[in-house]
Amino acid sequence: MKNGKLRKQIGAIATWVLTFILMVIICVPGLWVVLTAFRPNGEVLAKPPVWIPENPSLNNFAKIFGFGADQVAIPVPAYFANSLIIALTSTAIALLIGMSGGYAFARYRFRFKNGLFLGLMLSRTVPGIALSLPIFMIWSRIGLIDAKLGLIIVYVALNVPFTIWLIDGFFRQIPKEMSEAAQVDGCTRWQAFWKIEFPLAKSGIASAGIFAFLTSWNEYALASNLTRSTDSKTLPVGLMDFTAQFTIDWAGMSAMAVIIIIPALILTFLVQKHLIAGLTFGGVKG
Amino acid sequence: MATKRPPFWQREKYTPFLLLLPAILTLLFVVLLPLLFSLYTSFTGYRLIRPESLWQWVGLRNYQRIFADGDFWTAFGRTIIFLTIALNLEFLFGLGIALLINKITWGQRTLRTIMMFPMMFSPILVGYQFKFVFNDNIGILNNALQSLGLSDGAIPWLVDKYLANFSIIFAEVWMSTSVFAILLLAGLFAMPRDPLEAAKVDGCNPWQVFRHITLPFLMPFVFIAMTIRSLDVARAYDIVDVMTGGGPAGRTELLWTLIARTGYDNARMGQANAMAYVSILLSIAFTYYFFTKLLAARKYMGGAE
Repeated sequence: MKNGKLRKQIGAIATWVLTFILMVIICVPGLWVVLTAFRPNGEVLAKPPVWIPENPSLNNFAKIFGFGADQVAIPVPAYFANSLIIALTSTAIALLIGMSGGYAFARYRFRFKNGLFLGLMLSRTVPGIALSLPIFMIWSRIGLIDAKLGLIIVYVALNVPFTIWLIDGFFRQIPKEMSEAAQVDGCTRWQAFWKIEFPLAKSGIASAGIFAFLTSWNEYALASNLTRSTDSKTLPVGLMDFTAQFTIDWAGMSAMAVIIIIPALILTFLVQKHLIAGLTFGGVKG
Repeated sequence: MATKRPPFWQREKYTPFLLLLPAILTLLFVVLLPLLFSLYTSFTGYRLIRPESLWQWVGLRNYQRIFADGDFWTAFGRTIIFLTIALNLEFLFGLGIALLINKITWGQRTLRTIMMFPMMFSPILVGYQFKFVFNDNIGILNNALQSLGLSDGAIPWLVDKYLANFSIIFAEVWMSTSVFAILLLAGLFAMPRDPLEAAKVDGCNPWQVFRHITLPFLMPFVFIAMTIRSLDVARAYDIVDVMTGGGPAGRTELLWTLIARTGYDNARMGQANAMAYVSILLSIAFTYYFFTKLLAARKYMGGAE
């Protein structure tokens, strides 16, 4: 009897120790980058290492945004604006296309349905770098290289399959009878969609939108090859500008990394519940 | 008098296709068309610096050349090994983490949120973060090892052949394990209690319960995670590009970094496209394999078609 109790206690302690180690592995690398963003570059190179910043400051952020005495030569504000414009526009378009497509998959039976669905998903398997080669060749012929529009079009296509998958799942959860009842009462199918199905699936659609936004915000393989200058370079591509210099400005680079992660962090917290629900629902009950 | 048929776009039969038209057109223009062009280019001697070479048909020469190329096979083999190790580790760690967090009652929600942390990082940031962690001179890992007195020299994490490959796999596993952990945790939550109770009453030990009840129930979730992962395995390109750039001296070269080097740095587009096709087929094979597994597992579960 006593033995069992002891074993249970050891089990509980082991669980907590494992969890602690896990959390350290997950958190420390990111925390280190965040800490570095607040310290001068000299401290990064110091031996013996300085663990906690001695004089934390916002200098690195001021520097990359072009305020203050010393500035970096990397136009971070322009990259930030590009990232925002490209991600927002492509998300909006992908959502419209995804809603229309998701509705079709959720509400209609038609020929080639499974084939089409599989085709959509397979288009997503093409590695970004492999797809970048022909797009680079075509875009350079029609003048879309180093243009925001060029990247927006690519990101819409990148996001459409997954958006359709998620939205399809959310529409399916709404009973068909509800919109049928509205149609009996005199609504057209179009009105029934906007009055019944859209409001019910709204939060799901929003999370699909956030997912699309994050994909565009974080994308690198295509952006790094389709952009050249401040006209269209996004933040992830801009981050690599730092490594092109002779000595890496670790502090500046870390500050930029923090700028990239903050929007992603906030948005992911907002949708984590929906995302898990959407993925498992779409997958298991398909 | 026969009623006039409505124009075809108003017929119910065509509505779904109309609704899907924008999606189909986008993917035709941005994915299918470029891939066909890419296929054509892979049979030409196209080099970026000589535009007229786009029309120079060379048949299978690009393919013959890459299949006879030792560097290509090394990168190909390394990619396969990289994926096999990474995906298996992600599955094992993900399963372990899911079971661990499922056990904890106090603070579970917070743990779950922290666990999602790596999913928010773009691959480029994961790469940068670990380039920083594994840096031999100023990296936190060497600093910590030296401060603890475990090592006195600077360990060349990103330079040594084995350590560099370990480092990129570590980064990849760090980034993607949470996909498995989260989906498997969702699976554990959805699990019915009755079979577990029944098994315990019948005298099964915890391992038997896990092996014969929990694990089979989780398999569809494993395959969803595998399918999702196989869609974006090529994200490893971003990580490796930042961390090592495929170097030093090609020691961490994966298929994807080799494609970028051949196509953009060496401007041999034709040859790069031939390699790209190999990488596309590889990705499709991975996805197809796990997707059929998913369908089979779903049938086994008696789920809806």
